[in-house]
Parts: sequence; C-alpha cells; structure tokens
Amino acid sequence: MTAVARPRAGTLVRDVRNAFRDRPIIPLVVLLGVLVVFSELARPGIVSPDWAGVILRAAIPLAILAGCQTLTMLTGGIDLSVGAVASMSGFVVATLVGGPGLAAGIIVALIAAALAGLVTGVGVGVFRVHPLIMTLGMSLVVLGLANVWQLEMVQTAAGVPAIFRTVGSGLFLDIVPYSLLVFVPVAALILLGLRRTGYGRLLYAIGDNPIAARLSGAKAWQVLVVLYVVSAVLAAIAGFLYSGLTNVASVTLADTAVLPSVAAAVVGGTSIMGGRGGFGGTIVGALILTVVSSLLSSLGYPEAVRQILFGAIIVAVAAAYTRVTGEA
Amino acid sequence: MTAATGALGERGSAMEFAAAWARRNAWILSLLGLLVLLLAFTRIIQPNYGIAGVQGLAISVLPLALAAVAQAIVVIAGGIDLSVGSMMALTSVVSASLMEGQSEEFAVVVVIGVLLLGLVLGAINGTLVVVTRVPDIVVTLAMLFVWAGAALLVLRTPGGESASWLRGLVLGSLGNEWIPKSAVVLVVIVAAIWLPLRRSRLGLSLYAIGSNPLAAFRSGVPVGRTKIAAYMLTGLFSALAGISLTASTGIGTPVPGPYTLQSVAAVVLGGVSLAGGRGGVFGAIVAVVILQLIRTDMTFLKFNTNLATVAQGIILIGVVMIGSLVQIRRSRS
Repeated sequence: MTAVARPRAGTLVRDVRNAFRDRPIIPLVVLLGVLVVFSELARPGIVSPDWAGVILRAAIPLAILAGCQTLTMLTGGIDLSVGAVASMSGFVVATLVGGPGLAAGIIVALIAAALAGLVTGVGVGVFRVHPLIMTLGMSLVVLGLANVWQLEMVQTAAGVPAIFRTVGSGLFLDIVPYSLLVFVPVAALILLGLRRTGYGRLLYAIGDNPIAARLSGAKAWQVLVVLYVVSAVLAAIAGFLYSGLTNVASVTLADTAVLPSVAAAVVGGTSIMGGRGGFGGTIVGALILTVVSSLLSSLGYPEAVRQILFGAIIVAVAAAYTRVTGEA
Repeated sequence: MTAATGALGERGSAMEFAAAWARRNAWILSLLGLLVLLLAFTRIIQPNYGIAGVQGLAISVLPLALAAVAQAIVVIAGGIDLSVGSMMALTSVVSASLMEGQSEEFAVVVVIGVLLLGLVLGAINGTLVVVTRVPDIVVTLAMLFVWAGAALLVLRTPGGESASWLRGLVLGSLGNEWIPKSAVVLVVIVAAIWLPLRRSRLGLSLYAIGSNPLAAFRSGVPVGRTKIAAYMLTGLFSALAGISLTASTGIGTPVPGPYTLQSVAAVVLGGVSLAGGRGGVFGAIVAVVILQLIRTDMTFLKFNTNLATVAQGIILIGVVMIGSLVQIRRSRS
C-alpha cells in the first residue's frame, strides 16, 4: 500500500513544485489572500474598501521601485540608487513648481534622473563595475548633489504641487486611488516590454547566460545602459508619487523604500542572480509587504518588529525559491 | 652545485624577491603613497594640523577600520555582508545599555559577552547563507533589517553609557602624544586576531573558498563550515566596531550609521577583490584612513560638506572602474 501511495505523494509534491516554479504568482496570490484573511481575523472589520485604498496607495510607489529592482535583477544586477533618485526627483519638482512651473519641474527632474541612470549604465555596461557598488556610489553622488541643490534653492521651496498630492494620495469616488492612473500604464509597459519585446528577452538572456547572449549577437553594454536609464526614470516617477503620498519633499524621502523594494522583487520570485522572474510577481510581492506592515502597525507592534519580520520573510521566501528551483 | 648557484644568486634573488614583493603589493604601496601625499597636502592647506588632528582622525577611523576589517574577511571568503552596520548598532546598544549604572568590573563581562554576541550574530548570518543557499547579498540584506530591528528593541533612542576604562582605552594618547590610543588599539586587535589567523589553516581556507569554492571543496576544505567561520569573524569584528563606537561616543545609538556602505568602499579601495580570494585587511584599513582624510581635507578647504558625499561616491566608483579596466585589459592580453 505504502509503496503505491508514496510515488503518488511524490508526484503531487513534484506537481506543486513545478507549479511554484513555473507560475510563482499563484502561490503568491494565495499567500496574499491568507494575509488579508489573517488581517480580518486579527482585527475584525479592518478589511474594507477604505483599507484596500490605503494599501493600494502605499503599495503602488513601492511596486514601481520594485519594478526597477526586477528589471535590473533580471540581468544579474541591482539598483540601490532608486531611493536617492526618487527622493531627488520629488524634491526637484517641489523646488521648481513655484518658479518655472510644474511642467518644467517634472522635465528637469526626469532629465536629472535619466542622467544619473546614464552614468550608472555606462559604469555597469561599459566599465563593468559591479552594479551593487556602482549604484551605491551613484546614490551618494545623487544625495550629495540634491543636498547642494537644497542649499541653493532654500528660499524658493514651494512644497509638493497639488496635482502630486491628488495623484499620490487622492481617491476617486473615495475608493479607487488616482495613483492607478500612473501605475496601470507603467505596469503595462513593463509587463509587455518584458514579455513581448526583443529588448525584454535580451534582459533575460543577459542575466541567464551572458556568454551565450554575447555569442548570439547581443550587445550587452547597450542593453545595460538603456536598462539603468529606464530604471532611474521609473524611480523618478515613484518619487513623484511618494512626495504626493506623504506631502513631504525631502532629499531622503524614499531612502527607507530601497530595501523593501528589493524585498518585494525577491518575494515576487525574481532571482537576484538573473534570468528568472517577472513584474507580475513583483506587484504581488509589493502588496504582500504592504499588507504585512499595515497588519503589524494595526496590531500595535513597533517599527522594530516590522523590520525583523520583513527580514525573516525575505530569507524564508528566497530560501523557498532556491529549494524549488535549484533542486527540482 | 646547488650551493654555488645559491650563493651566486643570493643578491639577485634578494632583489628579485623585493621586486616581486613590490609587484605583488603594488596596490597597497600606491595606497600608502597616496596617504603620505594626502598627509602632506593636509599639512600644506592647514599648517595647524598636528596632534589634535591626528587624535581626531584616529578616533573617527577606529570603528570604521574595524568595520572594514569585518567586511574584508567575508569578501575574501567570497561573500559580502550588508548587515555589518546593523550588527554594529546592535552590539553598540547592547553594550551601552548593559554598562549603564554598573561597576567597572562588570563592564569587562559585558565586553566579553558582546564579543560572543557578535560571533553568534555572524554564525546566524553564515548558517543562513550556507543552509538556504540564497545569495549572500539577499540573506545579509534581510539580516540588515533583522539586526537593526533588534537594536531598536533594545534601545529606542540613543542612550546608555560606557565604562570609563573603556572610554580611556580609545581616548587620549599612549606615551608619545603623537601615538593615539585608538590607533594602538586597532593595531593590537588586528595583530592579535588577523595575523595568526591568516597563517593558520582556517586563514588559507578562507582564501581558498573565496577564489574557487569547487577547487577548495575537491582539495578537502569544508566549504560550508569555512564560510560560516568567515561570517563569525565578520560578526566578531562588527561587535568590536560596535563596542568602539560606544567607547568613543559614550552612548549606544540604535540607528545604523553609514558603516556598511563605507566598509564596502574601503574594502574595494583597499584592493580586496569583490569576486573573493584576493587582498588583505591591511589595504582596507589604509583605505579607511585615506577616505577619512579626504573628508577632513574637504572641510579644511571649506567645501560644502555635501560635496564631500559626492566626492566619496565618485572615489568609490572611480576606484572600482580603474580596477575593472585593469582586469579587462589583463584578460585581453
């Protein structure tokens, strides 16, 4: 009997494993559902349309930053400069909106972000500096320059523009966050870009096997330069949303979001070694992290416990992925 | 025959040996040259720079240098530890809060206990890396949260105090007033732990698993255990760095400073290859002094302090860029 039963159990385990490996988004959505149910059980009545709106508004900028991590991690890189770039962009717009105007502010911020991304991309792609070092270094450069800018512009600071506040924290019909207006096109662009375009496939190819990618004619440096510019521009967009969400313009606003953005991408099933993952999982990952942190703060746990739990989640999920993909 | 060639070749081989030594240590020698130039430059722009300046430099360098040593050990073994800064914060608040209002003798117990705590923190990091087989960066990034959160649980706001003998250990000078105590402490700690270690079997194993884990495994090195040992040493030095923070400031601060980032910068500038298996802790320490001196010089030159941050980023990127250019050229020829 057991001899018959055992292989069956084995195939079941293997099926689950395969499902987990091929479609990580399904177990992730299940996990998200479990967390929502758990929130409701822990604090009855907490799950409501209002709550969903709060979660979405907090998760959207995080998901965009995690998108930067997803794209760069697919090539085996990482972008730790997203926090500095995002803060800088929100801050630049806030300082320029009083004088030259909103449009000019946004354009200047996007150009500044793209320049930072260009430098990072050249460093990583052409000079082959390790992305971790390159982006850490760039975040110092961007932060320092933003501080200098702050001293220059201290008189003209006008605050976060009203439109950012509406988009970042406003709700349509008191339920649907306006930030979806920004997020849906961005997410569609990333998802389609990764799935349907040659450029998306090049990202996977370079991360999976750089030598094979080179031998089949991919110019890795061009791909990487474009990649880090895209990543910086995405970070700038997330920075606009963050400044609108918190109604704060500061040069260190988004710094605390850098590690959660990496966590969201890792939880979402993107491998930091490159070649595996996607943006769909990352979105769910960002939602999971946001639900967890809201649950913990509603239960009255201090920030410290949230940090510890975040760390534990990252290790546990990453270990689960390694087990499933590495051994199966 | 052999004796004759030996005698004949004595002078030549000594020269060759020196040349080979210089070539092997070219990076550190040029770092030392840079340091001397920087000191001369500092003296030129600030003729008053003297005993007080050296004292301040040594005190500010101590925690950073210990953090750099911690990072260097794990990088040599082929890993990276992004939780160094958090471990420093945790060990610093634990030592400061335990020493508050206690006797001087009890502080000795606290210091020993915190060093053991450092070993335990490192052992947890290392075990997680080895057992889960998740990349080092991800695990230690996650542990960065965990240790920082634990530090906040111990102390919410900066507080606690340091035993006066501990403060006396790092503040002031020893004998000659040009020799700051903190520099002596640094030299003693590194000489007592790293030098014997490097000559030992474990030291060799660290380099072996860093440069080629598979080859190390096939030559009988226990790769997993050695990696855990590397993380434990990193935890130990992080704890030393944390205690030195408590000693030099007199309190414990639960929020991690920029030490992780600066330790990575110092390690890279100090000639330790991020790919593992190459370099030593000495270069990293020299790099810390250089980075700190550059910051001092920029304040003397009345630069905007924010430009000092920019300069640090550019130096970090520039050094790595030059390093990888050299490597690219070498692999082509």
